Amino acid sequence: MNAKYRRLFITIIVILTLGLATKLILMALEDNIVYFYTPNDLIEKFSDTKNIQSKIRIGGLVLENSIKKEGKKTIFMITDRKKEVKVEFKGPFPDLFREGQGIVAEGMFQNNNFIASEVLAKHDENYMPPEVADALKKNNVWKGDSN
Amino acid sequence: MFDWLANPNRFNKITEKIQPCILLIAIITLISGLYFGLFDSPKDYQQGDAVRIMYVHVPSAWLASFLYFSLAISCVFYLVWKHPLADLVSSSIAPIGALFSALTLITGSLWGKPMWGTWWVWDARLTSMLVLFFFYLGYILLSNAFERKIDGSKTASVLAIVGLINLPIVKFSVDWWHTLHQPASIIKIGGPSIDDKMLLPLILMIFALSFFSLYMIILNVKTKLIEKKCEALLLKSNLEEMSKTG
Repeated sequence: MNAKYRRLFITIIVILTLGLATKLILMALEDNIVYFYTPNDLIEKFSDTKNIQSKIRIGGLVLENSIKKEGKKTIFMITDRKKEVKVEFKGPFPDLFREGQGIVAEGMFQNNNFIASEVLAKHDENYMPPEVADALKKNNVWKGDSN
Repeated sequence: MFDWLANPNRFNKITEKIQPCILLIAIITLISGLYFGLFDSPKDYQQGDAVRIMYVHVPSAWLASFLYFSLAISCVFYLVWKHPLADLVSSSIAPIGALFSALTLITGSLWGKPMWGTWWVWDARLTSMLVLFFFYLGYILLSNAFERKIDGSKTASVLAIVGLINLPIVKFSVDWWHTLHQPASIIKIGGPSIDDKMLLPLILMIFALSFFSLYMIILNVKTKLIEKKCEALLLKSNLEEMSKTG
């Protein structure tokens, strides 16, 4: 009986120690694990650095009425409802790209301008039929598109 | 209590009776789940028909995580209580779990291309799911990598318990970090954010895959018990032959 409890004790200790170690590693690597920065993070972190040579990703919502075409380029604002960042992209856009949609863009951040080389759509965790979505919008109880 | 359950003869006798019921439930829920999922559920307001991939993707992901948890618990029983049946259960769970985590990655990829615009990204949820798949593969490989079966079982069990750390990362990655993958829809504060008509096929499919897994695991354990019996018989007859000629 004694040996059994010792083995159980050791197993639990090993799991707890490994858990703590993993937690510390993940905390230390947090900057590498986040898949994208929000516009607010991006401006806070990088607005002083004039030229970042490595690719980074920015995620947020496409600001309403901000999509403009300039020749081949499409220019739009991406927002987290705190700060906004101007994004330039030549396409192709994913099907879900539109105003108010959550997106993630990968590219260079230069002089507070984001030159994207790839744009991915991010959809939210709400699933509903189109009729329900329309009804919610009509009654002004729409909660989607906010994160 | 475990000794009572872990008797191979009793295990065979009990499962003999419940196995057909489990298979029946699996088939009924699978057929109704697929019917509701593919034909009798609404399109999504954003994703259209592509949302139907969810009815395979989400249950697979849940099963992959849940089976890994069961695998690790069974490995704890093996290492602590040294019960041989626990090892049989672990090695019976592993291939089913590997199958579901592979299915999660494949269906997720098929879903990601039309919706996100990419097959794969290295965000925290996708990467941790891939790691889960590798833990399953690692367990299977390691348990067969030693000359003495018992060494393999012990080493692989340790690996499986270490991999337990990955499970909360898979589950909470979408809450802890910014990911491309969306956060949870069903188990969340404030109730599920999914329409009832979509929740029904999803839950049916979760039942279907759970009962299918249970059926397959019992079948695997039974097969392994027969294998062991055959080995023992073979060994016995070999020994008898040796004693005759010697």
